[in-house]
Amino acid sequence: MEPLFISPYIEFVTENFDQLVARLVEHILITAETVLIAVPIAVGLGVLITYNDRAATAVLWAAGIAMTIPSLAAFGLLVPFLGIGSDPVVFTLVLYSQLPVIRNTYVGLTGVEEAMKEAGRGLGMTRRQRLRRIQIPMALPIILAGVRNAVVIVVGVAAVGAYIGAGGLGEFIFNGIRQGDSVMIVVATVVVSLLALAADYGIATVEQLLRIHNGEEVEQRVSTQLIERAV
Amino acid sequence: MIEFEDVTKVYPDGTKAIEDISFTVEEGTTTVLVGPSGCGKTTSMKLVNRLEEPTEGTVYVNGTDNQELDKIDLRRTIGYVIQEIGLFDHMTVGENIATVPELVGWDQSRIDDRVDELLELMDLSSDYRNQYPRELSGGQRQRIGVARALAADPDILLMDEPFGALDPITRENLQDEFLQIQERINTTILFVTHSIDEALKMGDRIAIFDVGEIVQYDTPAEILSNPKNEFVENFIGENQAFKQLSITRVREVMDEPQDHESASAEVAPAADGGEYYSISPDNSLQLGLTRLLSIEHTTLPVVEDGEVIGYLTEDHVRSYFDSAGEQ
Amino acid sequence: MAGVVSTTLSGIRYLLNHLPEFWELLAEHMVLVIVSEMLAVSIAIPLGVIAARHEKLKSPILSVGNVAQTIPPLAVIALMFPILGLGFLPSFVALFIYALLPVMVNTITGLESVEEGTIDAAKGMGMTQNERLTKIRFPLALPVIFAGIRTSTVINVGTAYLAFFIGGGGLGAWVISGINLFNMPQVFAGAISGAVLAISLDLILAAVENRLGSTGPASAQVAA
Ligand SMILES: Nc1ncnc2c1ncn2[C@@H]1O[C@H](COP(=O)(O)OP(=O)(O)OP(=O)(O)O)[C@@H](O)[C@H]1O
Ligand SMILES: [Mg+2]
Repeated sequence: MEPLFISPYIEFVTENFDQLVARLVEHILITAETVLIAVPIAVGLGVLITYNDRAATAVLWAAGIAMTIPSLAAFGLLVPFLGIGSDPVVFTLVLYSQLPVIRNTYVGLTGVEEAMKEAGRGLGMTRRQRLRRIQIPMALPIILAGVRNAVVIVVGVAAVGAYIGAGGLGEFIFNGIRQGDSVMIVVATVVVSLLALAADYGIATVEQLLRIHNGEEVEQRVSTQLIERAV
Repeated sequence: MIEFEDVTKVYPDGTKAIEDISFTVEEGTTTVLVGPSGCGKTTSMKLVNRLEEPTEGTVYVNGTDNQELDKIDLRRTIGYVIQEIGLFDHMTVGENIATVPELVGWDQSRIDDRVDELLELMDLSSDYRNQYPRELSGGQRQRIGVARALAADPDILLMDEPFGALDPITRENLQDEFLQIQERINTTILFVTHSIDEALKMGDRIAIFDVGEIVQYDTPAEILSNPKNEFVENFIGENQAFKQLSITRVREVMDEPQDHESASAEVAPAADGGEYYSISPDNSLQLGLTRLLSIEHTTLPVVEDGEVIGYLTEDHVRSYFDSAGEQ
Repeated sequence: MAGVVSTTLSGIRYLLNHLPEFWELLAEHMVLVIVSEMLAVSIAIPLGVIAARHEKLKSPILSVGNVAQTIPPLAVIALMFPILGLGFLPSFVALFIYALLPVMVNTITGLESVEEGTIDAAKGMGMTQNERLTKIRFPLALPVIFAGIRTSTVINVGTAYLAFFIGGGGLGAWVISGINLFNMPQVFAGAISGAVLAISLDLILAAVENRLGSTGPASAQVAA
């Protein structure tokens, strides 16, 4: 029974292996491109808004609004300006990544205990030194949690981007729906989900290592334990 | 040396924290600021290293108006133990202690030696060096806070309730330890507490604060024997143990040596100093403590009919004081 | 810039010229979103409360919930097709499942985050377990639970667009056919109305939250 149940999927994977890998690589590249553009912008904005409460409210509000625009609609609207392909998709995904990363950067930097900041001042650290030696190290795991959030969103939404010709694993999903091919749909959704999970798990591991480095007590994941033991 | 000259501090929200305060902390001495919560002790302290700026008046640090000194340099040369300890949770104990030496650019081997030295001074084994603050007890954290403040050999030390939030025994130990350390390092210290016991024990001089102003600035002995007004009296009197001291006779507490020979030998130098440097067995312990605090020696001869019949030490008074406090 | 303005204007014009169709699509969209969300919330909260009480249930539910939240929305929608086929029902089920987990996870973490000291104080006053839940834990957890509901509602509005791919109707119809036919005013009309819907629902939920007297800030949804 069981082999029969699985066999069409295995057959699909073996027959379309090269295609699957190619789409997977496309998907990863779109995600990576987005992260490389989005994270510096968002972290920069997150740092800047710590200087001004009103700017913070405004920027966080705008980033929140950006997230309410349906992805499909954003893609469609950008096509006249950026053409078909991955550009409008990356543009949209960069927008979507802003809220989690800006918010976590801001919260991470401003959430540092008052006593620690005061001690830093009292010991004669300049504003820069306090930022570099106290606030940023304390905020880093929190910022990374925001990046993790963003990456999960990006992997998911990038799949929709295939509809406007960005490539990636979404192509199998849309073809599957169009052709009524259940096997294709299942395989593609499983691969996309695994990619999101892997990214989530990988970044979470780095985040844990940073927390441990900061002397926090964390319930370690298996991966963290392995790395800790190896080092 | 630290000098406050007619200093007033009004916070931007209109709170007047201190008003027209003047006092001097002589070089190498300890001044304790003591008073009820919210009376402006922390504020006074922050005016020294310019974490706050005075609204009126001048604070002199080693003779210079501190407004003329660079803030950052000033803070690096003044050790500061903040009220909330404020250890950097993401740095190890060693890194915490090394903060200022690193900021001022000591070389690594000198920093390492200094950290070792301070851990030893604070009676912490060198195993603590690589631990994180979160793994430590409250008392250990406070000691690290003090070590961090001492790290770059500051000649002025600001200590804001450095031994607060500790159980009485640990607190006592840390105080003793610090008195010993103080003898060796000879730093000018401004020390905040709201415990009069701690003030009497740690201070060369004590400034008793009421809301925003200094009520009395004197030596411990003077404050005990001549409280300036009712506020000071109440402040001292709040402590049952002190009342107890005034109704207890020296005779009940003093040590009687086995044979008079050795007793005389031990206290002879002080006994020559006339009446002031000795005490009668029928005097109160409070007077005994006052005299002890005002002489250099830690031992006071007890004289009856011109003969030394025993001696009183600070330890006697303290252990009596502690047992009275517990009752 | 001129392009953006003219697209906006032509989008609004398109909407006004197709009002009857617009109301129909909007209604479909709102039914999909609101009904699935309400059903999800009314099941997720009790489940979360039960799970929070039973150590054995809690951690598997939390980890399944966290894993499920990383699965892309398109994947959930697409997977309904082989199971339930095309139409309203598969779309509705997909949105329901997708909304269920964040609310449940936030309910559990919200209830968990109430400080032990507070709970002990309540115990000390002689409150029963039920009283502690209704009078202490739940009110204190409310901001976190609401954060979950608000986030999942906004996501739900966006995900409902994808429902059109499996015949679920809604505003996705305009956006998708607009993309297919390169009809930008149609895309814009479909897109902007969904964004407005998402923001409105979020504001309404914020108002409800205020009414219920929870004090959590609007941006309580800090990702951990
Ligand atoms: N940054 C500030 N802004 C406004 N008011 C302040 C500020 N810091 C302190 N105050 C106020 O100034 C007064 C003195 O505060 P300060 O912290 O100096 O008291 P303290 O004697 O150290 O008290 P405690 O024993 O509780 O530490 C208080 O009324 C306090 O509320
Ligand atoms: Mg204070």
